[in-house]
Amino acid sequence: MTRDDVAAVLIDELGRIAPETDASRLDPNAELRDELDIDSMDFLNLVTALADRLMIDIPETDYPSLATVGRAVDYLVRKMGVAA
Amino acid sequence: MGEFLMPSLGADMEAGTLVEWLKRPGDRVKRGDIVAVVETQKGAIEVDIFEEGVIERWLVEPGTTVPVGTPLALIAGTQFPPTAKISEVAAVPAAPMPVPPTKVEQLPARPARISPAARRLAAERGILLDRLSGSGPEGAILYADVERAAAAEPVPCPTVPKRLDLAEMRRAIAAAMARSKREIPHYYLSTTVDLTRSFAWIEAANATRPPAQRLLFAALLLKAVADALGEAPEFNGFFTAGGFQPGAGIHIGAAIAIRGGGLVAPAIRDADKLSLDDLMAQLRDLVARARSGALRSSELSDPTITVTNLGERSVETVFGVIYPPQVALVGFGMPVERPWAVAGKIAARRVITATLAADHRASDGHRGALFLADIDHRLQSPETL
Repeated sequence: MTRDDVAAVLIDELGRIAPETDASRLDPNAELRDELDIDSMDFLNLVTALADRLMIDIPETDYPSLATVGRAVDYLVRKMGVAA
Repeated sequence: MGEFLMPSLGADMEAGTLVEWLKRPGDRVKRGDIVAVVETQKGAIEVDIFEEGVIERWLVEPGTTVPVGTPLALIAGTQFPPTAKISEVAAVPAAPMPVPPTKVEQLPARPARISPAARRLAAERGILLDRLSGSGPEGAILYADVERAAAAEPVPCPTVPKRLDLAEMRRAIAAAMARSKREIPHYYLSTTVDLTRSFAWIEAANATRPPAQRLLFAALLLKAVADALGEAPEFNGFFTAGGFQPGAGIHIGAAIAIRGGGLVAPAIRDADKLSLDDLMAQLRDLVARARSGALRSSELSDPTITVTNLGERSVETVFGVIYPPQVALVGFGMPVERPWAVAGKIAARRVITATLAADHRASDGHRGALFLADIDHRLQSPETL
């Protein structure tokens, strides 16, 4: 799985939570919770889906690393050991 | 002979549209079985039945809008509690809708099981469920089955209503809240609760759990309210013409915001008897179904109290408006870090503002204060929740 694949999984899952927005056009530096109006249940569902699909553990203490699309992709790539 | 009625899903509902029958004449039904899908201001709602019997015949065709209380079907072999009879309704067809005999052999012996996601897709695409054969366990219709059918049958059915009509929901909220402010003499209480112990407990619990089993702080708050209600029955129930009626159980309506506006507060039944994990699982399921418009009728009519939780990215205090005929609403604001005096020293602590809006016809401020203080007390021992 490449970095682009990881980003595609993230965008796909964000699209499920906020179907009315085009997640692929999100500013990579925008705060997801504000940009997509995500609440704590949405965020938990996002983490659950990412952990399942990417087969990684995402501890609660790492949640701040998922604050923006850009940081989230960096974090997921690092967790998966994907070459950038 | 009993009647299966268009249910009232709250003080604000006047009529509903029958979308689909999930049981057919001749089917035996028991309490809790989902018999029909009804479109309301709160989305498509699965209607469950409270009695046992056999469906004798249908009285209303899918696509028909009828007032609350209109008989939708006749049930044989039941003793229904007496209900206010609405005699002749123009929208009710004179003759029951016949079952097309040519189709009978294609139908499953029992009505198909179907996942909410599949039902939603079917409604969106106008796919008739009785034409589908399911590939899931016991013939259950899966999302993929509907997708396949949708690809083969691309013309949407115009008679199927939209699953969540936000404008309708807005009107429903307006009616219920106007009635609340007109009729209910609210009083309000507020207190600040130190959450340090609760947060520490939940962080420790979640550290060893995979995401699918993690707890949200909201589950802890709901459980604390449910347990405290056991000692404060005058906040749990309904105010009707006969005065205050205590609830038969503690069924907490969890206020859930809908994307794009609006909200709905379906019940977590017997929340005081659930473990935290079970309560969390139910909350997760309810939020998903509320947002996709797939709630059940009993979930909307059951709540004996409402709890609203503003959550993160909001403000510190909420002053609730009671949902009639309930008599109380407990509100939680955003948890914030504040300087706090602990054992004579100032420390930074995470605190939350808990509020109570209560009906002065059913209770007084002194009892309300004890109730709110008890919620605080329970949140100081999260391990007992």
